[in-house]
Amino acid sequence: MIVRPEPSPLARTTTTFVGIAFICLIFADVAISTVDPWQEFRRLLLGLVTPDFYATDSVVLSIAYTLAFALLGVTLANFMGLFLALLFYSRIVRTGCAVIRAVHELFWALIFLQMFGLSPLTGVLAIAIPYAGIIAKVYAEILEEANPAPLKTIPAGTSRASAFIFVRMPDVWAHFRSYSMYRLECGIRSSAVLGFIGLPTLGFHLETAFKEGQYSEVSALLILFYLVIATMRIWMKRPLMPVYLIGAIVILPWGVAFSFANIVRFLTEDIVPHPLRSGAGMEAFWDWLHMMVVDQAWPGTIATVQLTMIALVATGFLTIVLFPLISPLLLGKASRFFGHMFLVIARSTPEYVLAFILLQLWGPSMLPAIIALTLHNGAIIGHLVGRYTETVSLRQDASTGFNRYFYEVLPRVYRPMLALLFYRWEVIMRETAILGILGIATLGFYVDSAFADLRFDRAMLLIAITALLNIGVDAISRSVRTRLRLQTSLEQQ
Amino acid sequence: MSLLELREETVGYSGTTVLRELELNIEQGERIALVGESGAGKSTLLNLIHTRLGETAALVPQELGLVQALSVFHNVYMGRLHQRSVWRNLRNLLKPAKADVALVVPVLERLRLEDKLFTSVGELSGGQQQRTAVGRALFHPGDILIADEPVSAVDEHQAREILDAITAEKPTVILAMHDRELAIQFADRLIGIRDGKIALDVAASGMTPKDLDDLYRNGDR
Repeated sequence: MIVRPEPSPLARTTTTFVGIAFICLIFADVAISTVDPWQEFRRLLLGLVTPDFYATDSVVLSIAYTLAFALLGVTLANFMGLFLALLFYSRIVRTGCAVIRAVHELFWALIFLQMFGLSPLTGVLAIAIPYAGIIAKVYAEILEEANPAPLKTIPAGTSRASAFIFVRMPDVWAHFRSYSMYRLECGIRSSAVLGFIGLPTLGFHLETAFKEGQYSEVSALLILFYLVIATMRIWMKRPLMPVYLIGAIVILPWGVAFSFANIVRFLTEDIVPHPLRSGAGMEAFWDWLHMMVVDQAWPGTIATVQLTMIALVATGFLTIVLFPLISPLLLGKASRFFGHMFLVIARSTPEYVLAFILLQLWGPSMLPAIIALTLHNGAIIGHLVGRYTETVSLRQDASTGFNRYFYEVLPRVYRPMLALLFYRWEVIMRETAILGILGIATLGFYVDSAFADLRFDRAMLLIAITALLNIGVDAISRSVRTRLRLQTSLEQQ
Repeated sequence: MSLLELREETVGYSGTTVLRELELNIEQGERIALVGESGAGKSTLLNLIHTRLGETAALVPQELGLVQALSVFHNVYMGRLHQRSVWRNLRNLLKPAKADVALVVPVLERLRLEDKLFTSVGELSGGQQQRTAVGRALFHPGDILIADEPVSAVDEHQAREILDAITAEKPTVILAMHDRELAIQFADRLIGIRDGKIALDVAASGMTPKDLDDLYRNGDR
């Protein structure tokens, strides 16, 4: 008797998600609306191969600012994150961390911009606060996974602090260090993007150069950016850390004044829903809330979810195409070198910058956002999966070529790949919301418009909804991962 | 007819020598059992033979080399991947074709594994996994089968069944075995390895497990 094959839970989940993404894609606007997109693209390519490092004298300074914000923000986040990780047994701390990391650093920057203006405090806090929430969670997980045996061997009555310093820290220190390096890399990308909302980092000059069509300057800025990230492991030495931190504090323009009254007004008046502030009563408040949900929050949420699902599934497809580029099971050393080059560039370019560039070329639709999110995230997961295949050993008589890829390699990496994708889901959603600032009608679009109209009450409501959405997706992703028994420590590199 | 002639001063991996002064002829149609202590160099010799013979030989490595996420059907089908077009392989990966299932089922029946046809290998016991790996080698179109401890995880009754299946399907068989009695029963030639050298090369008929004791006595290493 032949038993018919039952579709495995992995295959069923895959089919469900591909189906959802397909339906989302049918309703998505993916038109290219610019008159001659390829002409502009040719000009861009020409600019990219003729970088002009002397276009403005501010190129080097903008890189320095980018690094300064990232260093200070990530350092601060590390201290706060470690402290919060130690309190992670408390439900309040866990929830608080989930909330602050559910709000993207660009939204934090928009909020702090209202309070501190263009003071460096805005940029440093915009990175430090969401990163503290992320770091707290990761450090708490690392501490939890550490070997508990040594704790039992120390004499009774040893203070918690001494026990932690002597027994726990040495065990987890290496993990903390490598994770904080990874966070710093993320911080540099975030810091660059903060320039798009007015801080003096790379993004600011990138946007200006782009709008003026100075593609050679764009090229120079991007090349310097890649160099800084690619060489990070060379210049980022621990003994030099104090020098970098002092340097960062010195070069940032702290002189920008901000008024304390302003901050108080923002926190106690501006963000209170308008009907309540003007004393129009509860009925007016409900009308206001109804209007916000129907006109802004609902369409914004639909677009955000739609784009997220398309990008998530497209990222999966791109990953299975990209990871072979760096896998020793499938390619020789020389080809892998170019694979690494491509993946480094694709994952070092923030999706926000990619989306911005494509939007200039193709005009406003979901297409630039889909491509940007897919390329960036596909390169990240492709890199991790490719590295994972280095640990897989095949039998001596394993098949070659496409047969090897489909039968030997893909089935082995599929499970860890899905785990990584589901981990990434929440990140993709956070990014999707933020791309709204560029003009795609996701939640970020409505948040940005509210800030532009100085309607901070609306902005805060929409940011809160975005945060809830992220927390919701995180919960769904966690339950899918548990159900499919998807676990991987690849995420922490 | 001679299948393979090995003349090697030393054999090893990256600097460490495992086998020395190797001189070995293998004829077509021979059933050879490699015996000797673990670590003596049996696996190294099998790998060398497989490398020399190339595509004509099917291999059951000690660590089996199964893809856990795929079903028994897929793992056995992999024995003929190189003979089929990529499109057919891809199609079979997504949805097994009736014709190919019909080819795989008889192999599994011999190994009493037919009820696990579409079970993924990760859910099988150690013995079932070992039989799957043997199935893959039996499905391989070559006339030669090279296996490294192919019956180490099954009971004696099943071991005989599996060895029967192997010797019935493949004319030339080269096995590494630690069960001396089984080795003598199923092989017609015994090659004993001790301290990286061929210490014994005799016809199996008339031998008793006691005759092989020398191979397992601790030598001066």
